Amino acid sequence: MTRTHVETRLNGVERDFLCEPRQSLLEVLRDELGLTGTKEGCNNGNCGACSVILDGRIVNSCCVLAVEIEGQDLQTIEGVAHGDQLHPLQSAFLDEAALQCGICTPGFIMASKALLDREPDADEARIRHWLAGNLCRCTGYDKIVRAVRRAETAMEEMNA
Amino acid sequence: MTTIERPAYKVIGSRPVRPDGVEKVTGKAQYAADPRPQGVVFGKILRSPHAHARIVSIDTSEAERHPGVLGIVTAADFPQAEDKVQDLGEGAVNLRELSDNILASEKVLYRGHAIAAVAAASPHEAEAAAQKIRVEYEVLTPVTNVLDAMREDAPLLNETRHTKMMGGQHSERPSNIAAYNQFKAGDADAGLAESDLVVEREFTTSMVHQGYIEPQSSTASWNADGTITIWTSTQGAFVVRAQVAEVLRIPVARIKVIPMEIGGGFGGKIPIYLDPVAALLSKKSGRPVKLSMNRTEVFEGTGPTSGTVISVKAGAKDGKLHAVQATLRYEAGAYPGSPVGAGAMTMLAPYDLEHVEIHTFDVVVNKPKTSAYRAPGSPAAAFAMESVVDELARTLKIDPLQFRLNSASKEGTKQVTGVPFARIGNEEVLNTAMTHPHYTAPIEGPYRGRGVASGYWFNGGMQSSVVVAVNPDGTVNLVEGSTDIGGTRASLAMQLAETLSIPYDAIRPIVADTDSIGHNDVTGGSRTTVASGMAVYQAGQDVIREMSSRAARLWSVTPEDVSYEDGVFHCLKDSTKELTFKELAAQGARTGGPIAGRASLVARGAGGAFGTHIVDVEVDPGTGKTTILRYTAVQDVGTAIHPSYVEGQIQGGVVQGIGWALNEEFVYDENGRMLNSSFLDYRMPTALDVPLIDAVIVEVPNPGHPYGVRGVGEVPIVPPLAAIANAVADATGHRFTQLPLSPRRLIEELDGGD
Repeated sequence: MTRTHVETRLNGVERDFLCEPRQSLLEVLRDELGLTGTKEGCNNGNCGACSVILDGRIVNSCCVLAVEIEGQDLQTIEGVAHGDQLHPLQSAFLDEAALQCGICTPGFIMASKALLDREPDADEARIRHWLAGNLCRCTGYDKIVRAVRRAETAMEEMNA
Repeated sequence: MTTIERPAYKVIGSRPVRPDGVEKVTGKAQYAADPRPQGVVFGKILRSPHAHARIVSIDTSEAERHPGVLGIVTAADFPQAEDKVQDLGEGAVNLRELSDNILASEKVLYRGHAIAAVAAASPHEAEAAAQKIRVEYEVLTPVTNVLDAMREDAPLLNETRHTKMMGGQHSERPSNIAAYNQFKAGDADAGLAESDLVVEREFTTSMVHQGYIEPQSSTASWNADGTITIWTSTQGAFVVRAQVAEVLRIPVARIKVIPMEIGGGFGGKIPIYLDPVAALLSKKSGRPVKLSMNRTEVFEGTGPTSGTVISVKAGAKDGKLHAVQATLRYEAGAYPGSPVGAGAMTMLAPYDLEHVEIHTFDVVVNKPKTSAYRAPGSPAAAFAMESVVDELARTLKIDPLQFRLNSASKEGTKQVTGVPFARIGNEEVLNTAMTHPHYTAPIEGPYRGRGVASGYWFNGGMQSSVVVAVNPDGTVNLVEGSTDIGGTRASLAMQLAETLSIPYDAIRPIVADTDSIGHNDVTGGSRTTVASGMAVYQAGQDVIREMSSRAARLWSVTPEDVSYEDGVFHCLKDSTKELTFKELAAQGARTGGPIAGRASLVARGAGGAFGTHIVDVEVDPGTGKTTILRYTAVQDVGTAIHPSYVEGQIQGGVVQGIGWALNEEFVYDENGRMLNSSFLDYRMPTALDVPLIDAVIVEVPNPGHPYGVRGVGEVPIVPPLAAIANAVADATGHRFTQLPLSPRRLIEELDGGD
């Protein structure tokens, strides 16, 4: 099958790749670019494990065709920390024990980041509403919600 | 946190960051679908569209000609597996049935039953080629309901299967009832006759899935020297190795299973589905083969837990539970082996009563073969029993927790198996629940109600093996073989830190592959922190013994003249001589070589545990929606090694239970086709559906464990089904006996109900 050339900005760096038009962004991230931090849970937009941030919006990468991201800005879990400098959300997930098996964690961190990037003081109800597109089967969400609140406080202190 | 008789610990009870945490929040951790061995190709499985059919023929010729196809496998490629039963830890399997479940040979027994597999250069090509395999079926009538399957005129899944009765006899007629058993104590008929009040009800639950977010995936390489390497998602790498060895008839030592990080299991990742197929595809293609399920395949082709029909007749006398008669009918799925026995053995665990009679039926139906799911068998049985207990208490106008306290089992109480309980924390849990601010707060408002329920799980022991290597700089490598599903690297490292009196950060735990450590049973049955914890403790003691002898050599005394306390070795003959753990670790090369300790054991003394839950709900009579307003889960965990992960286990179990109670079910049409095999239609709870879950830890140490651990993960899914049904009964005045309590069911029963 003919492959299409796609140019994008991936985790802050200009990047291009070849892909088949039928390949999803999730498939290209994992199979072509070796970025396996984005996870597949359902491949039909229901679990949020493959959440990435595309031009500032949270999307399920399984429901985006890779050719669609031409010229767009893409953030994946691999770009959230800088070296060993974790993002406050990542630290908060660790400190609050907000992961058990961890398979949904990259998706939750991306979704939470998209929320806090625009609403840094979201309350519990808003967080639960925003995260309703991400399934976690281990934690019961309690510690995830607490971790996002904790990250809000940490980010506020950093910006103060 | 309520703590009873606990020693002062330094590390146990603290909340450090887990050793694998950073990798998991940065996306670096490698799960089963992630590794890409050089030259890897992709497999796809062809599955049955029919729930029940005889396979007349399989023609792979057209698929073989599909461009890019590198190999095709059917059941004919399997050696004939032995007709014998192997214990996998959380349930035994017959190896021939296991083999048939992996690739069907003569019959397909459920929709989604695997028939053949293709390897090709890309997943898309593999999928296209699989569609070109021609299978001719003789379609048979399916039976998907446990009561229908038990009828004498029911279509038989296996014409040669006879009911296995007590004492090893078999029924004369072939039957879908694979096994019948009974438990008896006292005289249930007489006990019911002399009761002040008797309640009799029949309860139904639907088949539900574990719902782990990571689909099964296995990558296998059949190497040129005849060895096999498997990268897989499993709760037990050694159990995968044993099953693959049996199914493929290959010596165990030639198979290396590398357990990848596991994206949830809850019991569902104990059986194997993909591993031997990927291995055979690799043999045929000469390339490593990656075989992954999609979500529909997970729903239709892996083991959920049983749908059930449970009848309970229970009597109360003098304000206590007095006599119980129960019949438990569990769907096993396509092959025998439902957890009905565990249902029978747990449902009355919270009670001390004289008269018991329980009948159990293990029934095959044309649905996927069930596998373990968190406290397998217990939640459905507790739903039935705890609903009836609630009704008895309310009718007698006794507080439902007080009624349970009046009847509570304690140390010495005989279980239905006749075995008396060791020290248990049932009463402590009930007392903590009764005085909790949630329970003492009033619940008011129309269509609001409160429910409570208790639950029990045995918790596991089984086999564990660990090695502890002390490095010259005083750091320690802990090599273990238990898959870490939810923080057991941390809980084991913490127990080792406590044993060795060294900092938690000095220990690096490693989950090893099957070539690198002795056999370890599955991470299941809430056993890892208990049993591998015992092994870690013993290996730590082994290290201290070894290091004491090294110190003795340096000081020219006998090892008995060396003591170890708070991280320092002391010479009892000369108080000026002492060495810290770190100082002595540096002396390894001078005192006899590398310092290591080890332990291999079958863990005895696992401690059963109880939970009691309190839930407030509000029912919307217009839409039928039930909202969870407040939830409190009280549980005896023995000792909480890492309280955050203990709370997390409890909260996660509760929310799975909420899903089971309110929404989750396998929906089938009359042809045995599952109608809701996606996360959109199989409705698991989201963050929006649940409140914060108050996990209240009670610590009644398990006398059988060096640190008093009982195990945590399974108990919390047992009470929610009944607790929520009891709350809905309180809110609506209507007793619901069928799960899930979906909006549709609520509306139907409230509008047309009695």
